[in-house]
Amino acid sequence: MKRPTMALPQMAHSDMAPWPLVMLAAPLLPFAGLDGTTLFLPQLPIALALFAVTIATILGRRLPGSALGEALLLLAGVASAYAAPLVLLKEGYGLAQAGGLWVYLAGATLLLWRVLALLAMVSGPARLAGPALFGLALVMLWEILTRGFQVPTILLPPPSTVLSAFAVHAADLWDDFRQTVLVSVLRGYLIGCGAGFLVAILADRVPFLARGLLPLGNLASAVPVVGIAPIMVMWFGFDWQSKAAVIVVMTFFPMLINTLAGLQSAERIQLDLMRSYGAGYWRTLAMLRLPCALPFLFNGLKINSTLALIGAIVAEFFGTPVVGMGFRISTQVARMNLDVVWATIAVAALTGSLLYGALALAERRVTAWHPSLRKR
Amino acid sequence: MPAAQPAPLTLVPPAAEPAPRTIVDIRNLTLTYQAADHPVYALSDVSLSIAKGDFISLIGPSGCGKTTLMRVVADLEQPTSGEVTVNGMTPEQARLKRAYGYVFQAPALYPWRTVERNVTLPLEIMGLPKAERQQRAREQLELVGLSGFERKFPWQLSGGMQQRVSIARALAFNPDLLLMDEPFGALDEITRDHLNLQLTRLWLGTRKTCIFVTHSIAEAVFLSTRIVVMSPRPGRILDVIDCDGDLPRERTLDIRESPEFQRIAHRVREGLMEGHSYDD
Repeated sequence: MKRPTMALPQMAHSDMAPWPLVMLAAPLLPFAGLDGTTLFLPQLPIALALFAVTIATILGRRLPGSALGEALLLLAGVASAYAAPLVLLKEGYGLAQAGGLWVYLAGATLLLWRVLALLAMVSGPARLAGPALFGLALVMLWEILTRGFQVPTILLPPPSTVLSAFAVHAADLWDDFRQTVLVSVLRGYLIGCGAGFLVAILADRVPFLARGLLPLGNLASAVPVVGIAPIMVMWFGFDWQSKAAVIVVMTFFPMLINTLAGLQSAERIQLDLMRSYGAGYWRTLAMLRLPCALPFLFNGLKINSTLALIGAIVAEFFGTPVVGMGFRISTQVARMNLDVVWATIAVAALTGSLLYGALALAERRVTAWHPSLRKR
Repeated sequence: MPAAQPAPLTLVPPAAEPAPRTIVDIRNLTLTYQAADHPVYALSDVSLSIAKGDFISLIGPSGCGKTTLMRVVADLEQPTSGEVTVNGMTPEQARLKRAYGYVFQAPALYPWRTVERNVTLPLEIMGLPKAERQQRAREQLELVGLSGFERKFPWQLSGGMQQRVSIARALAFNPDLLLMDEPFGALDEITRDHLNLQLTRLWLGTRKTCIFVTHSIAEAVFLSTRIVVMSPRPGRILDVIDCDGDLPRERTLDIRESPEFQRIAHRVREGLMEGHSYDD
């Protein structure tokens, strides 16, 4: 592995903050409970072994001789620490009063901090492991804390329960996804953004239209989606049409306003140039004003991608053909099946970020010339 | 296509040429517009006749209407009264026939197009086939010394190179008339000298009629066959100075040290002072 500077290897081996060592206090405190008796670390052979592994990795961290090696070694220590409460829970121990275990876990989390810092220094694909580990650690802590403190699943189910809900209700979740995203959101989004774009081009040619529509746009964007959703369901029925209508109301004006701003963004001198070539309105639109408007268009499309998903899910609260993410959430909350609710939320969040990410990627490709993206 | 070879013009004094054809004819041109509280006389009773092959510089302090005058010729601005003909047509007809190429103060290149596709922009609008567009772009870029930069984007070039691309773009559709509005105003002096030299060679080589707006006396004298001195409030012509008799058509930067050059520069300065240009 190539190191960019001389300072880095030194940093990788000497500058470890002492905070993870709080875990040395763990053996002094209760580590688990069983039927009213408190147990300490030496009485729990499995926990003791895992604790020893963690301490060993801290002591031996200089051995691998590279930042990546040290990160991997310490990661093994963190993993065994995170494994300890799960193993103890599986054996039937209670952890709510186990101060020592929580101190151990806190120390391990501080150790993870160091692992992430080391990975940030590494070049190459290992760098990408940092964010993934961070997310994984959050999910692990969520799992350990909810189960360790026996948080009621109504309040917050552990991720493992949500995951198994995924498996059990996969068919339902897929049907919901198809109904909400592939039918309602996609159609509403295309209609809303398309209409916003076309009306913007019209309003750009007919100034009084722009002057009349813009205040209306402010008004429409202030209308609460929970207010119009039931009305749209009454107007357009239970199926996708009412969801698409809500999405159109939510996405039309952001697209209109962004497109209008984009069309105005061509500079005077660039317009004069087109005029000097005797180029007409449509040619100027296609060759100058629309390319100029592209960054604005993408802005509108990105804002609308998240708005559309929210609009569809909220609208489904007010009536659907017994399928759809919003329907699933509202009915399963009523039945206290919070694991399914969380699984649906996860699908929605994932869908939203994928949509946004795909648009951002497309923007990067199409408007690479824009000052905010250009590379020399 | 522009002939790359300079015509042997130095042998024939311009006065001996047969009566040159008038390309731009401006008569009693007035342009006023209404500011917040009072009318502004951007141009007042301006008359000027420009012959084919002339290199005319419009010089004067800011606000004297030199850019406005050129924009009227280009049909980018409408006069209040007076008559303008370009190639015997109204400015609008001339614009729609693409009779002139306009070089703006800023390069006005489109950042999403490569250098080559910026140069071919007017050719695309004219509907030329792709092969010919590329051929012409290559020729014009070579003429302004930018061969090898076809695939670059404008924002990857320096300011001087960008302005040369915009000149290549103006030349690409081979107009008889070239209108240049302080094209080198934003550049440093060395780059400016260099581009002035390239421009005078280009003009000699292509025999185009040029109207050039500047506020640099040296630049005006160096480039022009005639210098039009203007003055503000109201914008009007003070003096028209003929340089052709005293300076050769083929010029080098050394010419700026010659007494003839100094004499003409002095006269331009006198004219500017007469118009109270140095008042404030």
